[in-house]
Amino acid sequence: MSAPAFDVPVVTIERSGFLRSRMIRRLLGDPLGLLGLLLVLAVLFCGLFADWITPYDPFKIDVPDRLQPPSLIHLMGTDSVGHDLFSRVIKGSQIALIVGVLSIFLSLAAGLAAGLAAGYGPRWLDNILLLIFDTIYSFPVVMLALAVITLLGSNLQTIVLVVVVFQTPVYARLVRTSTLAMKNSEFILAERSLGAGAVRILARHILPNIVGPLFVLGSMDVPSVITLEAGLSFLSLGIPPPAPSWGRILFEGYSRIFDAPWIVVAGGIPLIITTLGFTFLGESLRDMLDPKLRRVL
Amino acid sequence: MAADSVLSIEGLSIEFQTPRGPVHALRDVSLAVPRGSIVGIVGESGSGKSTLSLAAMGLLPENATVRGGRILFDGADVLTMGTAQLRALRGRRMAMVFQDPMTSLNPVLSIGAQMTDIQYRERASAAHKRAKAAAMLRRVGIPDPEQRLDNFPHEFSGGMRQRIAIAMGLLGSPELLIADEPTTALDVTLEAQIIHLLRELRREFKGSILFISHNLGLIAELCDHVVVLYAGEVVEQGTVREIFHGPRHPYTEALLVCDPARIDAVSRELPTIPGDVPNLLQVPAACVFAPRCPKVFERCRRERPGDHAVGAAQSARCHLASA
Repeated sequence: MSAPAFDVPVVTIERSGFLRSRMIRRLLGDPLGLLGLLLVLAVLFCGLFADWITPYDPFKIDVPDRLQPPSLIHLMGTDSVGHDLFSRVIKGSQIALIVGVLSIFLSLAAGLAAGLAAGYGPRWLDNILLLIFDTIYSFPVVMLALAVITLLGSNLQTIVLVVVVFQTPVYARLVRTSTLAMKNSEFILAERSLGAGAVRILARHILPNIVGPLFVLGSMDVPSVITLEAGLSFLSLGIPPPAPSWGRILFEGYSRIFDAPWIVVAGGIPLIITTLGFTFLGESLRDMLDPKLRRVL
Repeated sequence: MAADSVLSIEGLSIEFQTPRGPVHALRDVSLAVPRGSIVGIVGESGSGKSTLSLAAMGLLPENATVRGGRILFDGADVLTMGTAQLRALRGRRMAMVFQDPMTSLNPVLSIGAQMTDIQYRERASAAHKRAKAAAMLRRVGIPDPEQRLDNFPHEFSGGMRQRIAIAMGLLGSPELLIADEPTTALDVTLEAQIIHLLRELRREFKGSILFISHNLGLIAELCDHVVVLYAGEVVEQGTVREIFHGPRHPYTEALLVCDPARIDAVSRELPTIPGDVPNLLQVPAACVFAPRCPKVFERCRRERPGDHAVGAAQSARCHLASA
């Protein structure tokens, strides 16, 4: 059978890469998003170039200079053993980025894959994955963290592992719910009727519809994971000293809040900057990914 | 059944599993779409029109079971095909336009992205695919298509979106286009425009159309053949001329009387068919239309009527047609 051709005259027009530049223009037009991007870039810069930009060695103990208030010599002051806090804060961004960004990124990736599989795949797969998510949900975070850290030792990898295990079901559930809601929508049926396969539907049609809220959720979780590390440090389950984690600085300051209040400030400022940066950037990204919220520029 | 049918459905029965038991959505449905023709399916809500179109595309929901019959697309049974075979058919040899244009396009992708993406099987450059999408949009009457390809679905009106959906369906030059109530979600003016567009396309488009509607007027305007579906059964089918000038099934007659467009006399009340569509959890053993039929007689309540040929292409599932 010869396929009947429904043909229309096709005229090819060269297209410039103006879509990409429109994306950048949009970001530049959103002051909060731009601020968020700058703050996140600043933290990334500190993390990448910490060893070159710290004014002092962050591990150097200088007892005569202990508990100095902020001055031009020590921008954020010094702690109880004479560490330069400014240098430690800059060096600490590495730990924060690995714990916060890397572990959230890994959880997002795992949650996305598991959620799409549960939402779009067969019913039995959904049931198995849901059972796993609920089991993880039902464990208290700190208890499991304690157990895992006792077994594997307290180091960076263990903390990333604990975060990934706990965050993955959160994202997977969100992705699963959105996928289920979308799976039977008419546009997915329409795409299938035009010959799109499962991979194409997931990647091109379902994914763009759910990454927006997922990005926002992920970017807002980055700071809370950094504080989780801080909390574990408080229980001496975090990154072992002398590593300069922000949480450790914060909790040392907590115990000396009356005689050396600058230590709390030094630990808090980078956390606030990171939180605001990721939140602003996340919200701005969500608006950019949702065509209905997108402003015409 | 004519040998040269692009789609031929034979004795199709489909059930839906529900918590209250199986719903017999389609029972012993047979129809054919001859090559190059437009076949209309008419029926009330719940008569199985959409089930029929989804079954033809191989897109039945999970709770549907095929109890019997075959759906032959160009001689091959859609019901026994694997996923890969179905996908090879969909889009390139058969395509579908859905009822509600507000929900049948992906809200977060531009029209251009959707239309170029679905051409993924063509070996052509991105620019060529985009140009083809623009040309197809121009053909279905979207002004300034090169610019509008960058727009998102919510930036178009309902009528425009349905044109876009039709353009997407035609991108793969299918042999069969199934249009499932493509105008139901639109107002009357837009409905007329879409019908006009389909008629125009029909002249150029060498394929066939299976047009599903509950509006007899549209079917009369557009189609060559009509299939009247009632409670999951084909009660009558034939050419448009046969059905509209000499309906032989009392249900078809009643439908024609009830069509608001055909009522000449000024009256206070619209004519209606008394009674309700039967509950398809328990299908009556006799004629399905008997409880509502104005011409019902004793035999109708006792015995299921067969399909009786009453014209060159016309047949009716009614005891009255057997005489």
